[in-house]
Amino acid sequence: MSELTNKEMGRKDCCDIIEVKALNKWYGDFHALKEINLKVQEGEIIVICGPSGSGKSTLIRCVNFLEKFQEGSITVDGTELTDDVKKIRQVRSEVSMVFQHFNLFPHLSIINNLTLAPIWVHNETKKQAREKALKLLDRVGIKDQAEKYPNQLSGGQQQRVAIARALCTSPKIMLFDEPTSALDPEMIAEVLDVMIELAKEGITMVCVTHEMGFAKKVADRVIFMDEGQIIEQNTPGKFFGNPESARLQLFLDQILSQ
Amino acid sequence: MAIYPLKETKQPPKSQTKAVLWLKDNLFSSISNAALTFIALYVIYLLLPPILNWIIFDANFDLTADNQSCGRDGMCWAFINANLKMFIYGFYPQEELWRVNTMFGLIAALIVFGSLIKKSQYRVHYIIGSFLIYPVVAFVLLYGGLGLEIVETDKWGGLTLTVVVATIGIVASFPLGILLALGRQSEMRVVKFISVIYIEFVRGVPLITILFMASVVLPLFFSAGMDFDKLLRAVIGITLFQTAYIAEVIRGGLQAIPKGQYEAADAAGLSFVQKTMLVILPQALKISIPNIVGSFIALFKDTTLLLIIGLFDMLAIVGAASSNSNWLGRETEGYVFVAMIIWVILYSMSRYSKRLEVRFSTEHK
Repeated sequence: MSELTNKEMGRKDCCDIIEVKALNKWYGDFHALKEINLKVQEGEIIVICGPSGSGKSTLIRCVNFLEKFQEGSITVDGTELTDDVKKIRQVRSEVSMVFQHFNLFPHLSIINNLTLAPIWVHNETKKQAREKALKLLDRVGIKDQAEKYPNQLSGGQQQRVAIARALCTSPKIMLFDEPTSALDPEMIAEVLDVMIELAKEGITMVCVTHEMGFAKKVADRVIFMDEGQIIEQNTPGKFFGNPESARLQLFLDQILSQ
Repeated sequence: MAIYPLKETKQPPKSQTKAVLWLKDNLFSSISNAALTFIALYVIYLLLPPILNWIIFDANFDLTADNQSCGRDGMCWAFINANLKMFIYGFYPQEELWRVNTMFGLIAALIVFGSLIKKSQYRVHYIIGSFLIYPVVAFVLLYGGLGLEIVETDKWGGLTLTVVVATIGIVASFPLGILLALGRQSEMRVVKFISVIYIEFVRGVPLITILFMASVVLPLFFSAGMDFDKLLRAVIGITLFQTAYIAEVIRGGLQAIPKGQYEAADAAGLSFVQKTMLVILPQALKISIPNIVGSFIALFKDTTLLLIIGLFDMLAIVGAASSNSNWLGRETEGYVFVAMIIWVILYSMSRYSKRLEVRFSTEHK
């Protein structure tokens, strides 16, 4: 694995918003994450890819503490994640997540899905939250569906709602956990378009995805994981143009030959 | 290779009338289905006419008849008429009956008014307020105090007693059941352990045992002077019993909620209480509605067991009324009548549950 200096990666030397140090995680006896070290700067777009079971989802789920870890440390925007519920909620209020299966709340209308966290976690008034939610729905192109329920929408629309919901709390960091993997092929583009728009606006994004086109287009850094480890990370140009490890080459051959 | 033009959409064929089609699809779709249809029709032919004859066609509707003149060919409605007050109020004093009526009238008024302000922003306040204030008012009306003459609970009976016990059991066991179900799902081992023990213990014991414990065994633990009300003991027993069942029903609903819902709520930064109240419980309760109502229906029927510990619910009143020397041998009339009333109440509950399901369904609109 090649260690690039910040300068080579075109990064500043300060301002890491996520810092993962020597992270180890086990499921029972299974060593899911092995000695992960990762720094993400404010505004960076990171894409993580790798074969299934490589630990990439587990890694980003550790960042908002949906998964507990046994060793190492994760610091998000200056707050170190421990068992302390207050700190966990502090981190979660700054980090939003978009899931593979959307996980919208089926008993709430679209607009109420969006305003739930702003009202209850961020103490916004109903009116404020509603206005912001409508703006965001407009941005992802489904303002006219605001009063409908999640199950009345197509998969692509649901995922766009999920992105709007994640943005509704004005997070500093967006985590995407395979946001297009559960979608029909013709709906992937509409979700990726929204993500690309978002990337251009300078929010910090960490995306687990197999959409290599997306990675090439917007990523600052692409990370390849296998068997719970980071195998290689590089700028998209070098990552795709000149992969160093044999495993990454094999992986890229497999997914790009389709 | 070929290209196929798009086809026009057409109406389905209309060869047969709807009624014929329905018969064919539902009653005579195969030989075995047709055979079952005929057997069922025959059974209905055997059972229904005698029942209808007894209740209506051969019945004596002369409400002034006495036991002799009423005859034995059909139902004697005069017996029902003469004992109606007892069926409804038990042995509640005649001159105080208005208090029971007011209690029933109030609850009807509360429900009607509640359905009128469905859209109002104060609806939740109204419901919570009703739940807090009404029980106190109802208690004062039924038991007395504040200037009203005290009517001891051993005078309560009939439909009044049934409804009072069932309502208290339902209203009290619902929140307790939710807490217990959450307790059983809890990650806190002690809470979970206590919940499991409680649920499994209560579910492993017949209700009748709990009622006996409450009415016979419990007083042994208290000193002679501290004799608290028999009805109260029974209500507590029934509530504790029902709580365990409701908890299990709600646990079923909780387990049906996908893990993703918990994760989405967590990721949004909701606290445990917020997550439970805003995301998990609304969905779990919605799924559980049919089973919750089923459980309440069972509770309503179980109140007839109060007879065993000497409380006169509606069913027990039949025995009392037909052992009156004026009306000897009219148990059948009483039991049929009570069955009809209970059926009407329970069927309404079941229809109401259907309506709730439709109202809360956002899954497949």
